[in-house]
Amino acid sequence: MSKSVRFLIPLIIFGALVILLVIGLGKDPSKVPSPLIGKHVPVFSLPELTDPSRSVSNEDLKGQISLVNVWASWCGSCRQEHQALMALSKETDFQVVGLNWKDAAQDALAVLRMTGNPYAMVGYDPDNKVGLHWGVYGAPETFVVDQAGIIRYKHIGPIDRKVWEETLQPLVAQLKAEGA
Amino acid sequence: MIPELGHLALIFALILATAQAAMPLAGSLTGHRPWMTMARPLAYGQFVFVAIAFVALVEAFLTSDFSVLYVAQNSNSLLPGIYKVSAVWGGHEGSLLLWALMMAGWGAAVAAFSRNLPLPVVARVISVMGMVAIGFLLFMLLTSNPFERLFPVPPEGRDLNPLLQDFGLAIHPPMLYMGYVGFSVAFAFAIAALIGGKLDAAWARWSRPWTTVAWVFLTIGIALGSWWAYYELGWGGWWFWDPVENASLMPWLVGTALIHSLAVTEKRAAFKSWTVLLAISAFSLSLLGTFLVRSGVLTSVHAFATDPERGLFILIFLCIVIGGSLALYAWRAPEVSEGGRFDLLSRESALLLNNLLFVAFTVLVLFGTLAPLIYEAFNLGKISVGFPWFNKMFLALAPFLALLLGIGPATRWKSDQPWRLTKLLWLAFALSIGVLVLTSMSAVSGDDLWVPIGIALAAWLLFSHLTIVRDRLKHKQQGWRQAMVADFSGNGRSFYGMVVAHLGVAMFIVGVTMVSNHQIEKDLRMSPGDSHEMAGYRFEFLGAQKVNGPNYRADQGHFLVYRGERQIAELFPEKRSYLGGGMPMTEAAIDAGFFRDVYVSLGEAVGGGDWALRLYYKPYVRWIWLGAALMALGGAIAVSDRRYRTARARSTAPAGAVGAKA
Amino acid sequence: MKARQKRLVLVGLALVGVAGATTLALSALQSNISYFFSPSQVMASEHPTDAVFRVGGLVVKDTLARQEDGLTVHFEVTDNAAVVPVSYTGILPDLFSEGQGVVAKGRIGDDGVFYAEEVLAKHDESYMPPEVADTLQTAHVDGIVEQTTGTEPPRSMTQ
Repeated sequence: MSKSVRFLIPLIIFGALVILLVIGLGKDPSKVPSPLIGKHVPVFSLPELTDPSRSVSNEDLKGQISLVNVWASWCGSCRQEHQALMALSKETDFQVVGLNWKDAAQDALAVLRMTGNPYAMVGYDPDNKVGLHWGVYGAPETFVVDQAGIIRYKHIGPIDRKVWEETLQPLVAQLKAEGA
Repeated sequence: MIPELGHLALIFALILATAQAAMPLAGSLTGHRPWMTMARPLAYGQFVFVAIAFVALVEAFLTSDFSVLYVAQNSNSLLPGIYKVSAVWGGHEGSLLLWALMMAGWGAAVAAFSRNLPLPVVARVISVMGMVAIGFLLFMLLTSNPFERLFPVPPEGRDLNPLLQDFGLAIHPPMLYMGYVGFSVAFAFAIAALIGGKLDAAWARWSRPWTTVAWVFLTIGIALGSWWAYYELGWGGWWFWDPVENASLMPWLVGTALIHSLAVTEKRAAFKSWTVLLAISAFSLSLLGTFLVRSGVLTSVHAFATDPERGLFILIFLCIVIGGSLALYAWRAPEVSEGGRFDLLSRESALLLNNLLFVAFTVLVLFGTLAPLIYEAFNLGKISVGFPWFNKMFLALAPFLALLLGIGPATRWKSDQPWRLTKLLWLAFALSIGVLVLTSMSAVSGDDLWVPIGIALAAWLLFSHLTIVRDRLKHKQQGWRQAMVADFSGNGRSFYGMVVAHLGVAMFIVGVTMVSNHQIEKDLRMSPGDSHEMAGYRFEFLGAQKVNGPNYRADQGHFLVYRGERQIAELFPEKRSYLGGGMPMTEAAIDAGFFRDVYVSLGEAVGGGDWALRLYYKPYVRWIWLGAALMALGGAIAVSDRRYRTARARSTAPAGAVGAKA
Repeated sequence: MKARQKRLVLVGLALVGVAGATTLALSALQSNISYFFSPSQVMASEHPTDAVFRVGGLVVKDTLARQEDGLTVHFEVTDNAAVVPVSYTGILPDLFSEGQGVVAKGRIGDDGVFYAEEVLAKHDESYMPPEVADTLQTAHVDGIVEQTTGTEPPRSMTQ
């Protein structure tokens, strides 16, 4: 082995390590697109959080574009995106539907009372009955559902201006155009 | 307003760091002196601004300013004051800010305490530290801003993870980060030397004390982490080979190799390119550890919030820092002369062997930590590597290391004679064999051969080091006591530091051996009034009652522990439920002792006032951390050696002349 | 000894050491890794019968039952496609609860019950072990999700 090649060995080893880490990063489960994309919304029916006499079901997601937002009062990132959702609730191109997940009704209601309710309706899913079917494994998550009730996109993590402008808004516009 | 000030201060710090990275280096390469002299003020400035940002965040926590997202996520108005401060580094963003603060602090320290180093060297070192600081500040500002606001302001914060509401954890991360970041100094010295092409004994002498200080902090940090896991996680273990723990162990192992290899480079001008490689590796592994923890590619019990986007950023940062420095190494190291010949039996060989063992263990730990990733990358299935594997690897290497550790310090530089060593150490060796025989016959051994081996190795370290100290003092005129004092106030501190650190290893070995082989743990169901006998102790369960803490409610068990008829302890383990997040938490109760801990942790109420609970008896467990404390103490003594102070004074004269042409 | 010979001896020693360590490490690895299997895979008998492995999923609601001795618990773990009964003797981790993700390590008995030596639940309420998350996703792909936790009638998800 020539003398100078020997000194390249650490760099080569590091290169191999980086390749491994890139693969590892790519395998991160939160990057895996939901297998539900392109499929119909799972059939479900849940009581409405603010008015338990009403219910929220998959039928409510048909006929217009919906953003289904999974949230909980214990979830810090949900508070972070709350303001963005309040702004979105004023738009008319779509409805914002909440899925209150693994939460206690009084805690969730307190949050809505104090910070405003951005949701057209909120399904109350305290024990992950519906969340399971949607493949929810954390909060917040947001699903984009088209007019036909087909899930088109899943966003993991809070919605902020960047996510909205770069990802969700173009998608909603596209769905709108498709539907029109 | 104050959070915005903090944010602004970070931006200023970034600007200063950029100048710090560029100007002094450019100055040192062109010989432009005014630019080189900018290194110190820029390093101070960056430190001041990062400190302002840090104080701003502390202030936000102390005033419970929940309009700051990070505060809302990691604090709560009910949180006791001290934890409001430690909550600053309880999450990702704040940890990074603490990291950046320390990075800037080390930079400022180098600027302040390197008055007598050649200016171009100082300029390059500070410049390299500036480059690393840019990475951290950018990372913070782009992906993890701790000052991000939250609207609307929540009335209450989510609370600090209850696991982190503990004194041990309040000081563990700062110590650990001091160690991690401290290796950046050794790294910066190595890179500066590679850039300047001047890799010599002086370089090793300059970076040695910095490296040792960083190593001391890292040692304390890891020991605190282990101690914290022991009493706070409530599982009675002191090391889990968890990816996060491994991430801190790897830089420690390489750092240990590095401080030994630096000794050779300083004294004998040998191993130069190897030492540089170790200096690069120690810091690289610190960064790699951060990547593994923050990116979520590996999961662990210490789950901080993980985020692939952040992971990608750190990965790119890693590529630039590590890839860049290794490329520089591949380019410049071949020109380095390998000075200082030595014989097969010599201090150099012993230290080389030490280095090989430490590096081998690092590689094994790295491999074990990444094995799940490797398997997944090649679609071989989802695996986890159990801790028995790591234990086996440790047991395969540690005895050799301990044997060598008894001989190495006795050897002479350059060349030694086998008969001299034999004559010197035979008694220590014979005594250790005696210990081996005695312990294997006594009850201490149990059924396991490892117990006598461990105890004998510890004895070997003790006897051989006593011999070495005696040998050193033999030639002095005074009595041994006066000789030692004179030696200690003279040039002997690095020697005595080494002895203390090595005795720490002996203590550590005893602790690990005893606790691994003789601990008892028992899961039980107990009713109020029940007693249970274990390892000569009788545990009496008096019952459990509800108690309220400042930010939690708890069930508190009441135990009396008897040894014979005498009551020796009263224990109150708790099962807490924190109000902020509703997380349950086991708070073990420990009666600590020099020779043993007894330990009770509550499981669950199983009806009728009965509890499922766990009792532990942990012999010599404290020796593990006391051993680590001795190692750290040894390092601290070594750093205080007069040699470093006089060396600094000596290098004053030629300072200006040496480097300008380099 | 000449410098060159000395060098060769050292390099040789190092190589022997490295080779030894590698062999040792890899052979020990074989017996010390535990593979992860989803409940569906266990149901399909893909798991080893003679080795310890890990199984993970969500703890099915209302299945947690404490046995007479106060220390043994039984519960069921699901990936929304299949269910594995688990038995564990000892103290459950703090964050263990029904409906949450869990990973158990142990082996399957002849009675089809998974006897766990170790049960892990992680330290964050919004956190799920990635294997479990993956498993749930995979079960969705297969389109064989059945109702296991609620009161709704079983229903297929793929249309």
